Amino acid sequence: MEPTEGLNGLDPEILERVAERGDAIRRGASASPLVAAGLAAASIPVAFAVLARDAFAQGSLPTAVVNVLNFALTLEYLESTFYNTGLGTSGLIVTADLPVFQQIALHENDHVALLQAALGSSAVASPTFDFSGGSGSGTGPFGDPFTDYATFQALSQAFEDTGVRAYKGQVGALQAAAVPSVLTTALQIHSVEARHASMVRRLRGAFADTAPNKGWITLAETDITGTAATYAGEDNTTQGSVDVTTLGYSSIVASEAFDEPLTMSAVLAIAGLFIDP
Amino acid sequence: MPGSSGLDGMERLLPPNARRTFLKQLGLGGAALMIPSMLMEACGSDTTTGPPGGLYNLDFGTDAGILNYAYALEQLEAAFYTQAEATPYTGIATNEMNILSDLKQHESLHRDFFKAAIGRGAIGKLSFDFSTIDFTSRTSVLATAAALEDTGVAAYNGVGAHISSADYLLLAGKIVSVEARHASAIRDLINHEAAANGFAGNDVVNSTTGLDNAQPPSVILPIAATYITTTITVKNEF
Repeated sequence: MEPTEGLNGLDPEILERVAERGDAIRRGASASPLVAAGLAAASIPVAFAVLARDAFAQGSLPTAVVNVLNFALTLEYLESTFYNTGLGTSGLIVTADLPVFQQIALHENDHVALLQAALGSSAVASPTFDFSGGSGSGTGPFGDPFTDYATFQALSQAFEDTGVRAYKGQVGALQAAAVPSVLTTALQIHSVEARHASMVRRLRGAFADTAPNKGWITLAETDITGTAATYAGEDNTTQGSVDVTTLGYSSIVASEAFDEPLTMSAVLAIAGLFIDP
Repeated sequence: MPGSSGLDGMERLLPPNARRTFLKQLGLGGAALMIPSMLMEACGSDTTTGPPGGLYNLDFGTDAGILNYAYALEQLEAAFYTQAEATPYTGIATNEMNILSDLKQHESLHRDFFKAAIGRGAIGKLSFDFSTIDFTSRTSVLATAAALEDTGVAAYNGVGAHISSADYLLLAGKIVSVEARHASAIRDLINHEAAANGFAGNDVVNSTTGLDNAQPPSVILPIAATYITTTITVKNEF
């Protein structure tokens, strides 16, 4: 079964077009606003006309929503480009792990296509990326992750965990914008990023399922140099106004049981390392 | 029991206007008057326990009702993992025990957190019947765990847009991604050898849209009812 409440009743033909678009991106098609606009004009309201059709039948999304979705699209561009490049690099990913990264790439490409379709002509273009983490210098601390599988895995984890925090940090803005269907869709992406993160974390730990390579985040621990900002604050133990350690749980359990959000600016500072301005 | 020591989350967590709304709800009653004595207490006094409408009433028209729904699901998960950890299945591997032990802790904390956060408006302790689960069987335990985690993810995703309070929405967001991490790990334990993409397989994440499930309480509650023996009444269900 593949039920998704936000897309109930969506024309299968439109879904197919989104899928084809995902395939095209996977094959390396450029993702310019023009292409997105063309896609939007051709099939639209594609996903978002559906997502937002109740509130925005005429097709215009509030500025706040456009901003959040373009922020999300930028992160999805980063992830999809990263995985597509990795999968396209012969010999990088060990055969046994290929299905893992193929599945993740499938979803990230889907997310790009979905967000582009939703934004239509408002969609930002994909930045040029620098996966060395050098902000465009090409000489960042991660070197060339496409020649080193351990680095590729480490960056994958960091991107997925950052993605979870990024979407979580925007749910309030989407709630305030009062477009429930967009909020639901964002939540549906958010939990997929978390599924990815868990898998990559466990894979990196050779499935021993012990900290710091559990599927969940223990305190603010990371074994990846240069990713402290991605995990900063994950050791929080106060939820609402309840210090949950007072309920009889260790700070380890308390931190693992709740994921923490990041602000847009914090996420952009992290992502900025990988973007050629 | 930890968490019951005088924490009144409705006062501390709800914004003032919601607090007033909540108090106004007291006395309105629920859809089904299941437990008259408890209902009388709930209606008659601000110091008794249980939500308006009965000790096991979920009013989905209020944030408190949605939190109680989450509390019910977390009670179910916690009870299941408590049993799964206490009587590990035959041949359980070390990493599998690590995972089940962590999940028991996380879900128990979620349960106790909701109880503390909702305070006097919290539903009562639910009773469960796990007799359909063979706790000696890896297949049975992991299949149940995967179903519970995937259901939890779909449930949180399905109510997010119905939550009024920004604080509560964020809390739901903080929990749902942990449930998704759990689901991924359990699904991978089940599937890895046969299909390494099972952690986020096409049976749970739509391969065309890349979206996880989102389901309303009307879909989730009948699934949860497989194991819940306490009668739960609902109001304003969607």
